[in-house]
Amino acid sequence: MTDDLESFRLETREWLKANVPQSMREPVRGDKDINWGGRRADYANNPEQKLYMDRMAERGWTVPDWPVEYGGGGLSAAHTKILKEEMRRINARIPLSSFGISMLGPALLKYGNEAQKREHLPKIARGEIRWCQGYSEPNAGSDLAGLATSAEDKGDHFLVNGQKVWTSYADKADWIFCLVRTDKSTKQGGISFVLFDMESEGVSTKPILLISGYSPFCETFFDNVKVPKENLVGELNKGWDVAKYLLGHEREMISGMGLGTTGGNPLIDGAIATIGLDDQGRLADPVLRAQIALYEVRSQAFSAMSERFIDELKGGRAHPAQPSMMKYYGTELNKTRHELIMASGGSDALEWESERSDKGSKARTWLRTKANSIEGGTSEIQLNIIAKRILELPSS
Amino acid sequence: MPLYLNEEQTMLADTAKDFIGESAPVSHLRGLRDSKNSDGFSRDLWKQFAEMGFTGILIAEEDGGLGLGHVEAGVVLEEIGRNLTPSPFLTTAVAAVAALNGSAQRERWFPGILSGETVAALAIDEKAKHTAGIAMQAERSGNGFRLNGAKQFVTHGHIADLILVAARTGGSANDREGITLFAVPKDASGMTAEAERLADSSIAARLRFDGVEVDADAVIGEVDQGDKVLDTLLAAGRAGASAEMLGVGAGAMTLTVDYLKERKQFGSRIGSFQALQHRAAHLYSEMEVAHAAVLKAQQLLDSGAAEASRAVSVAKAMTGLATTLSVQEGIQMHGGIGMTDEYDIGFYMKRARVLAEMFGDANYHANLLAEMTGY
Repeated sequence: MTDDLESFRLETREWLKANVPQSMREPVRGDKDINWGGRRADYANNPEQKLYMDRMAERGWTVPDWPVEYGGGGLSAAHTKILKEEMRRINARIPLSSFGISMLGPALLKYGNEAQKREHLPKIARGEIRWCQGYSEPNAGSDLAGLATSAEDKGDHFLVNGQKVWTSYADKADWIFCLVRTDKSTKQGGISFVLFDMESEGVSTKPILLISGYSPFCETFFDNVKVPKENLVGELNKGWDVAKYLLGHEREMISGMGLGTTGGNPLIDGAIATIGLDDQGRLADPVLRAQIALYEVRSQAFSAMSERFIDELKGGRAHPAQPSMMKYYGTELNKTRHELIMASGGSDALEWESERSDKGSKARTWLRTKANSIEGGTSEIQLNIIAKRILELPSS
Repeated sequence: MPLYLNEEQTMLADTAKDFIGESAPVSHLRGLRDSKNSDGFSRDLWKQFAEMGFTGILIAEEDGGLGLGHVEAGVVLEEIGRNLTPSPFLTTAVAAVAALNGSAQRERWFPGILSGETVAALAIDEKAKHTAGIAMQAERSGNGFRLNGAKQFVTHGHIADLILVAARTGGSANDREGITLFAVPKDASGMTAEAERLADSSIAARLRFDGVEVDADAVIGEVDQGDKVLDTLLAAGRAGASAEMLGVGAGAMTLTVDYLKERKQFGSRIGSFQALQHRAAHLYSEMEVAHAAVLKAQQLLDSGAAEASRAVSVAKAMTGLATTLSVQEGIQMHGGIGMTDEYDIGFYMKRARVLAEMFGDANYHANLLAEMTGY
């Protein structure tokens, strides 16, 4: 077993060395460097991003631990960990990031039927279809199960009417996985989980301008959208189980934001660049230095926690509500990190449009992170879940 | 290697949990304190630790030990922490053994440690706050060395059979070069110990060395190159103190969460109040993260990885922060009763403070990490 892992490590190292383009080993500098895939992805200015994704997808390594028959690499937990370590070793970027990979895929693997898995998973793995998530509604935020978007049974199809909000990248996505109400008489027990094409008649999106000046989220409207019955995932009125399972994966993904990016440490490098070091080699602002140092303790400890969490998940020993802890801790940490980046950057970091500031990337990212502890269930919701499900504290 | 205990380690954890929980729960500490026990721990219990094989966890099999690692030592320390058990395990079976491993002195000292006869103490600190500086002098004298100076916060130093002393044979106080580590037996003439009871009822000595003569063979490792052995000792001590603190923090959290489920006010159990639920859930999160940091440091130490010292500092700082929170929240959420000597939660707070300070506190290690990173 150990020999097998060791030879896998060596082969992987060689293969990555030969196949990861140099530009894909540079630190990620913004959303443009993240490959989301999809029908509308434009690789004209970045052909190596496509090349890299295709090479990885051919081996199933965009989703290394998914089964081979669905476009995955069929790797065990131990092999997947080695692949990730070897990618990190050369600062290789993630070849494809998408809600299909991090959220829908795991849910389809667990709840989808064979036809759904064969239809959707390989397209996710190859970056052909970009998915968005239709969960929150204007009157169903933290109280998600209060959603009202309706799906009426019309024999061979559902007729979907209603509105979603905070739909990430709905204007760029090809398909949506969506929670709809199929029974108004009960709350959680009347929700179903359906999939449909965003090009279906009756779907429209409207980007929401955020405090960052960007519009990563949309309002999404459904006006008599026909959804074929075969696009129901799991049983009718059992969509809440799928939704919760998927939320666990979403929280896992968002928690990863607390880990910062690969290659260098932009917080520390940035602070040194702006503030400088004193004659003892210490950041010249001693109070900020202390804040960064204490933040780094938690950040590095959280890296260990993420490793432990993934190992426990793969080993089937993680508490089912543990993703709530990861989401809570990771997002709060990430907000702290960006407060420190702003404090380190001073007035340079305040520039909003200049080329010097990469069009205000520090300020805009800082503002963007404020949503981390709101989206995917607020920090307060996560604390409720930890208190009730892990600590088993009494209900009021 | 996954970041959780394997089957053997889990079995050891269960054994340690049962044994320490039954033979030395918090009432054991209370008894020692109330009887003004002058050793600061139970010698019978130390013998039992030896019979269980615990004292030989870090000693190689060919030297008569179990040949296990820091993960296994940590498993025992976590239970020591959870039960607030006074024990020389951390100084003797972890830090001292780690320093003596591979040295010639192990033949002299390991048999006594394995049998539960010998207790070791660590004479490192010279000031109230732990620093990397060693100023105490060791001059060459005849065949050996003459030690002059003072040490403090030497846990078990008043009764220890063996005292590991870091002193300077060259260079000046903050140099790494020029430190030498000595194994000094308790009867060395010119060494005096002033036993001081600490806030947590443990006893630490202030040691004075007035021309203490030791042979050349008292040197552990190489003369002037003691920084390497000292690093090994401190890494083991810090990882160990982190594991013990994890147990203290977890024990305090258990008491507190249990109390939230029992105590009624306004006709409800107070654990149903969201203001307290959120604080408890935040505490749980901090403790989980600390737990992962400790296991990571122990695994890296056991694999001899270069990044182990960084991970050890992360673990010591993180457990310091998380456990301090745990005992503070513990007393606050217990309310008035948490301030009474009758309730155990106060004992947890006192022990946490002592362990947080040992081998450098959270600020010390955060600073160290910053220096290692170059800012």
